[in-house]
Amino acid sequence: MTEEANPMTCHEFQAQLPEMIGSGQSLAAHAHLQHCALCRALLADLETIAEAAHSIFPIVEPPDKLWKQIESAIKKEKAAIEPDEGKE
Amino acid sequence: MAAVPPIADSASHAAPPASLLNPGEADLLANAQAGDHRAFAELYSLHKKRIYSLCMRMVGNAAEAEDMTQETFLQLHRKIATFRGDSAFSTWLHRLAINVVLMHLRKKGLSLISMDEAMEPDPKGSSSRGFGARDLSLSGSIDRMALEQAVSDLPAGYRLVFVLHDIEGYEHHEIASMLDCSVGNSKSQLHKARLTLRETLHSLPRKAARP
Repeated sequence: MTEEANPMTCHEFQAQLPEMIGSGQSLAAHAHLQHCALCRALLADLETIAEAAHSIFPIVEPPDKLWKQIESAIKKEKAAIEPDEGKE
Repeated sequence: MAAVPPIADSASHAAPPASLLNPGEADLLANAQAGDHRAFAELYSLHKKRIYSLCMRMVGNAAEAEDMTQETFLQLHRKIATFRGDSAFSTWLHRLAINVVLMHLRKKGLSLISMDEAMEPDPKGSSSRGFGARDLSLSGSIDRMALEQAVSDLPAGYRLVFVLHDIEGYEHHEIASMLDCSVGNSKSQLHKARLTLRETLHSLPRKAARP
């Protein structure tokens, strides 16, 4: 039996999408997409979101005060572990 | 029909392999491991932006991101002597930060991922027919700020998997290991995160077409 004789429904296709996408397989030639514009649009949107994700949340600088806090916490820890060195 | 290219399984990691570490950083690392405080401060300067940004993405607010960054570097200070160079230092530090954030979220009692729910079929079928029933297309029209907001608004579990996979570039098997779930669950959570983002973005007022 060919897929065209027993075509996959949108529900069936979309239920398999997480695995198909996650395994990295190309879906361009999938039989269901040949005749389903809705699922093509869905897949195109998901791809657009995945691609756009690379450009969101740019790298940002932490506030300057953070290092002082870290340094202070490190000194406290060292003082607790090695009391003599903590007094230097 | 227009060809639909496959969604990339993963972005590339930003961290270089150990062999690509520049000699200056290798020296810094060795000195910091030997207890040189200035070298440790230099390592902080080199890695602070990436770690703070990672924490921001994962927790979604600046105050918690600062706390998580501080805790990451405190843990680094405690553990730096144990770094053996099996992976790039930046990769190791990145994983350390992720573990710090995950521990924090668990302590807060947030359910990272409801895996059972993730694997159950949606009783209303909204994750399949509903999403596909829209005739809108996002292609080429995603507003970066809108997407950032939509990601920030995702449930914690969805946001974590989306950030780790689509933004930070981890593979599903790595995420599964970090979150203590199956690879299938990681794929399912990522898919649901993207579907939720799509739904959110479609619900926003459409902007005028860009030139």
